[in-house]
Amino acid sequence: MPASRTTPTSSVRPFGITFEGVEKRFGSFLALRGVSLAIRSGEFVALLGPNGAGKTTLLRIAALLAAPTRGKVQFTGATEGSGDRATGLSAKPMIGMVGHTTLLYDELTAAENLTLFAQLYGLDDIPAKVAGALDSCGLRTRAGSLVRTFSRGMRQRLAIARALLHGPRLLLLDEPAAGLDRQGLAWLATTLARLRDEGCTVIMSTHARNESLELASRAVSIAGGRIEHDSGPDGDPRPLLAALRAEA
Amino acid sequence: MTGRIASRIAAAALIFFAGYAALFIAPDEKTMHVIQRIFYFHVPSWIAMFCAFTVVFVANVAYLATRNAKWDWLGVAGAETGVVCCTIGLITGPLWAKPVWGIWWTWDARLTTTFILWLLYICYLLLRGLIDDPEKKSTLSAVFGIFAFLDVPLVYVSNRLWRTQHPQPVILGGSGSGLDPTMSKVLLVCTLAVVGVMIVVLMDRYRLERLRHEFEELQIEVESRIAEAPAIARERG
Amino acid sequence: MNTPRAAAILLAKELRLEFRTRELLSATIIFGLVVVMMFSFAFDPTAAESRRYGPGLLWIAFLFAGSLMLNPSFAREQTNDTLDALRMAPISSFAILLGKMLANFIFMSLAELVLVPVFGVLYNVSMAGIVWRLILVLALGTVGLTVTGTVFSAISAHARMRELLLPLLLLPILTPLLIGAVEATAALFTEQPALDRMWVALLAGFDIVFLTASWLLCDYLIEE
Repeated sequence: MPASRTTPTSSVRPFGITFEGVEKRFGSFLALRGVSLAIRSGEFVALLGPNGAGKTTLLRIAALLAAPTRGKVQFTGATEGSGDRATGLSAKPMIGMVGHTTLLYDELTAAENLTLFAQLYGLDDIPAKVAGALDSCGLRTRAGSLVRTFSRGMRQRLAIARALLHGPRLLLLDEPAAGLDRQGLAWLATTLARLRDEGCTVIMSTHARNESLELASRAVSIAGGRIEHDSGPDGDPRPLLAALRAEA
Repeated sequence: MTGRIASRIAAAALIFFAGYAALFIAPDEKTMHVIQRIFYFHVPSWIAMFCAFTVVFVANVAYLATRNAKWDWLGVAGAETGVVCCTIGLITGPLWAKPVWGIWWTWDARLTTTFILWLLYICYLLLRGLIDDPEKKSTLSAVFGIFAFLDVPLVYVSNRLWRTQHPQPVILGGSGSGLDPTMSKVLLVCTLAVVGVMIVVLMDRYRLERLRHEFEELQIEVESRIAEAPAIARERG
Repeated sequence: MNTPRAAAILLAKELRLEFRTRELLSATIIFGLVVVMMFSFAFDPTAAESRRYGPGLLWIAFLFAGSLMLNPSFAREQTNDTLDALRMAPISSFAILLGKMLANFIFMSLAELVLVPVFGVLYNVSMAGIVWRLILVLALGTVGLTVTGTVFSAISAHARMRELLLPLLLLPILTPLLIGAVEATAALFTEQPALDRMWVALLAGFDIVFLTASWLLCDYLIEE
């Protein structure tokens, strides 16, 4: 693990992810049924599908929060097997996730939350990084307020800032637009565009309209735990995305 | 199938013989007379209990190491069987003690340890009942089971040390307290019989758990076929 | 990020969270006081026999108060799934567990710091000359309580009825600790106070066994 982490300004270190025959079962419920998907470094994948399709489960497996019941997940440069219960310590600093919940401590301030995670990820020059992150998401003035006092949109912005703080190469977003107002959505789109330009691999799940979808280089739709359609790494995601827009 | 029936018949036969031996073959004990014959099922039930709980410990460790559900089934089978054996032991003990020594219970090291064991494995089963997610249920109860097993020697040692400072009446003589040879033989037969029955019951419980799992698998298969049916029908045209 | 450093960061977080509201700490102290009070009504503290029961009552008060205090330890991390955030960070599972154990140890010790003098007043026990030895016994007992309690908090966080389940799982397991701590404390409260090495060794043994078991099994406690 590198001793110091700096804010990425140029694309480096390819980081792709491959799912091979991934199955995830919760008791008698099969959330994912044999999903195989290879995502190259730098791709921006829009993960589409209705609620309960398995998008969240897939993202959690990618984030190393859950292990597949069967099948394998592999990262470029690190391996995660289904029978192997290793924590994948080497892959973790490369991954950032925005989940369904904020993953923030309500009883800590915005600055304290970011500082905590900056420390856990072993970043250096933490005060500057935290200040920079708060500036970027427009919460600098509320740095010293408890997250408990934030509106939904503010919490979501902070959650996104937290995920990006350690400069991940693989960004997993589970319905990141939820709760964001127009300004927040614009900020999200700008931030994701910058990350894409830097070569970050992004997997974003959504089932509603979200202007960041314009950035997608690939669209994969999931239903009933299986991949239904995949525009492919070199294909055109727009037909699938258009279908989504038509539904909304 | 025939193996199962044969083992059941064998166990039943052994128990009947053991009961007969305990009641009629074993010589009458000088001071306690008939009551003492409970001993022939009391001691074996504790031996069976320790066997069952050792199985649970091995199953817990094996489950965490391999994540193979078979070990989880074995664990719950062992725990339930062990709790039953322990209950029998805890009931037959006072039944024997009261007429002979005038007290139902005493807090000597062995009894206290057994009582705590009983509580711990009931907690193990309770814990399993309160966790819904099957994998968490197996994993977390295995961790608790290991902690419980590690605790037992500590409970015994602490009670022994405590007892040397605060002497209590000892109800049960040690197993090496000079038994008549016929009594020893009857005890051996009864032990084999009770442990035999315990093993049969344990394997039955294990099979039940395995069947439950197979049933769930079938349910999943059926549901997934139902879910796929429209797609298959469309493909066929 | 190595484990001790990560644990220290998480300990700081736990302390910051708790000292902002001090809810858990004050509730624990008050509950402990209530138990001690109840005992002094149920068993007249001035009678000579009651002084013999003193150490037992003290440790029972600690165990009851502790098993209530330990519950939120992991349950709190379920709000906003913050445990997931910690699991994604490049730190070991043991760091997460250790951070909580250390925090619980500190909180419990603070509660004991209040309860022991109160107990001394109610039961007319003089602490003069035994303070350091008493602190050693308290520390060894508290380590055992918080190590096992934190592990069981992690376990019961996934179960229903966790407020009832945690004491139910914890108290039988702590039997050796209770015996050892009570006897060691009693030995200090006699006319000729002495540190009973046998009981201190038992307490230390208990702590080592369960700390080691926690370390070996921590991955299974923290995983999904």
